[in-house]
Amino acid sequence: MSATTVPETPAPPQQGSDLIGSGQEGGLLDQVKGYLQRLRSGEMGALPAVLGFVVLSGLFTALSPYFLTERNFANLLTQAATLVMLAMALVFVILLGEIDLSAGVTAGVAMSLFVVLSDPGGIAMNWILALIIALLSGVAIGTFIGFFVSRVGIPSFVVTLGLFLGFQGLQLIIIGAGGLYRIQQPEILSIQNSNMPPWAGWVMLAVILAVSFGMSMLDRRRRTRAGVPNRTIALLWIRLGLIAVIGGTVVALLNQNRGTGFLAVSGVPIVVPITLAILWVGTLVLDRTRFGRYIYAIGGNAEAARRSGIKVIGIKWAAFAVCSTLAVVSGIFSASKVGSVDAAFGRDLVLSGVAAAVVGGVSLFGGRGRLIHGAIGALVIAVITNGLGLLNLPGGVNFLVTGGVLILAATVDAVSRVRAGGSIIRR
Amino acid sequence: MSMPIIELTDVKKSFGPVSVLKGVGLKVYPGKITALVGDNGAGKSTLIKGLAGVQPYDDGVVLFNGEQVHLHNPREASRLGIEVVYQDLALCDNLDIVQNMFLGREETATGIFDEGRMEREASETLRSLSVRTVKSVRQKVSSLSGGQRQTVAIARSVLKSATVVILDEPTAALGVAQTEQVLNLVKRLADSGVAVLMISHNLVDVFQVADYISVLYLGQMVASVEASKTTSDDVVGYITGSKTYNGEAA
Repeated sequence: MSATTVPETPAPPQQGSDLIGSGQEGGLLDQVKGYLQRLRSGEMGALPAVLGFVVLSGLFTALSPYFLTERNFANLLTQAATLVMLAMALVFVILLGEIDLSAGVTAGVAMSLFVVLSDPGGIAMNWILALIIALLSGVAIGTFIGFFVSRVGIPSFVVTLGLFLGFQGLQLIIIGAGGLYRIQQPEILSIQNSNMPPWAGWVMLAVILAVSFGMSMLDRRRRTRAGVPNRTIALLWIRLGLIAVIGGTVVALLNQNRGTGFLAVSGVPIVVPITLAILWVGTLVLDRTRFGRYIYAIGGNAEAARRSGIKVIGIKWAAFAVCSTLAVVSGIFSASKVGSVDAAFGRDLVLSGVAAAVVGGVSLFGGRGRLIHGAIGALVIAVITNGLGLLNLPGGVNFLVTGGVLILAATVDAVSRVRAGGSIIRR
Repeated sequence: MSMPIIELTDVKKSFGPVSVLKGVGLKVYPGKITALVGDNGAGKSTLIKGLAGVQPYDDGVVLFNGEQVHLHNPREASRLGIEVVYQDLALCDNLDIVQNMFLGREETATGIFDEGRMEREASETLRSLSVRTVKSVRQKVSSLSGGQRQTVAIARSVLKSATVVILDEPTAALGVAQTEQVLNLVKRLADSGVAVLMISHNLVDVFQVADYISVLYLGQMVASVEASKTTSDDVVGYITGSKTYNGEAA
């Protein structure tokens, strides 16, 4: 037995620290370099989607005089809200490497329940109670899917495809053939059709900046206490500056009068702060709590997660419940926008939701992507729908382009996955 | 000689009509490396799965620090400080080193991760094992080499303050330099007082680091010897069944 000396690569120079680097040291330049390196290695995140959003917006601005108007901008946001919410719902299960094809019809079933229960001419239940029942039906449906996927072990594709068909029938039974219920609650209608007073828009932006600043400072304090390096504070200022500029532009635009008649229409649509709040809470859960981390772990390597003592079945189960519940929220947005619920409500939604998440950079293979990627992807899809609509092209073009973008995005996903060291075959 | 931290006596396991372990005895000592060798199908994996609580033994006595324990599930084994580093490593490629090392027992403050503390502890653990090949603890595991992955997997068990670490073929897929690094790591692990049980097919590796060698042959422990008192030829003989060990079980 002989001790052999090993040629080891020398440690990178440490600035008076005995710790291994964490990629957070150094000035702004080092951070930019690190980011570029991550990009090259295939961790592109939402960058392709953001670029797509900018390019498409530029294209439609050039092609249509109506695209870049205050009115269309507000319209775009409310059109997108449903899809943004649905994409965010789907992120929870796509991160697991699963899929929920029934998310759209889940929203349909829940909203059918809502309109039938709250119909003043029928059961006339208190609308808040009916809304709670609708949301709970989302939880129940998600639990149902979760049971078959995680307990019984049927691929989620099959379970939710089955429900996609079955729930269309259930919806038909609840609503009645050919039936259509108008949404009669002004509170529900106002989500998508009313705006906040202009000052409230600015307060919203201030709150976003304050929360963002506060969370970052809290993080920095914790890291300092633990004795590990913080990212340079310049990054925080840049981020806050970006939020302030982009958010400020959006709020200022939406606070312009965009009414066409006597009535002045201005302000940020009420759906915006609701969506942002859900995005914030969801991101917190996914990035900083056990539940979120375990979703990523299971999506990355379910067996490793199991051996680490993670209750894989329970986490999957819960993720499906979250997905279906948020899908019902997207249904509320949609019903508010459309103003009615019929037997086909929600049927066309789901594939766009999956497309939005993938376009935004959430990997269909699981384990990679963030909640905001779903939101950004949904905005891209919404811009396509909105822009093509303004160009007076035949309706078929919209589907063709959206489908093409989905395949393009999935290709980017697969290629970047290989570059990031994964194999081309799904493991 | 100190008391073994794990002592198996007459352990049996069968799958249906197939008897895989036919009354096996094994001792593992703290601060020592015990190599478990044997041909394919000898029962090595079954033996460690029993210790890990993944596949409980049918029969036999397991003493942990002299007291009888029942390893019915992985949590029970983990509670005793028995950690297994599997051959396929069981790391999540999409998570970084810190996230992998703390997977399943993250440090939180009011439900929210304390990333700073986790990062520091992960870094200190790697340093304590003199790991010098990792540039950043926030690297994704997918960007690591085979040896670095093995290092992270072993460091993970150390972070859990394991008393017994079971390594399943730690050098199987590694190159020469990486094998050396991992074997050095295994030695440092034992030097820190941890009992190491290492499964290996590679007798060169075994003789380089092991203090004791236990040989399984068709579900029976045919030899348990001090590594310094035997030779590679003898061990090959025990593994293939062409030689019989007549000495005292070490």
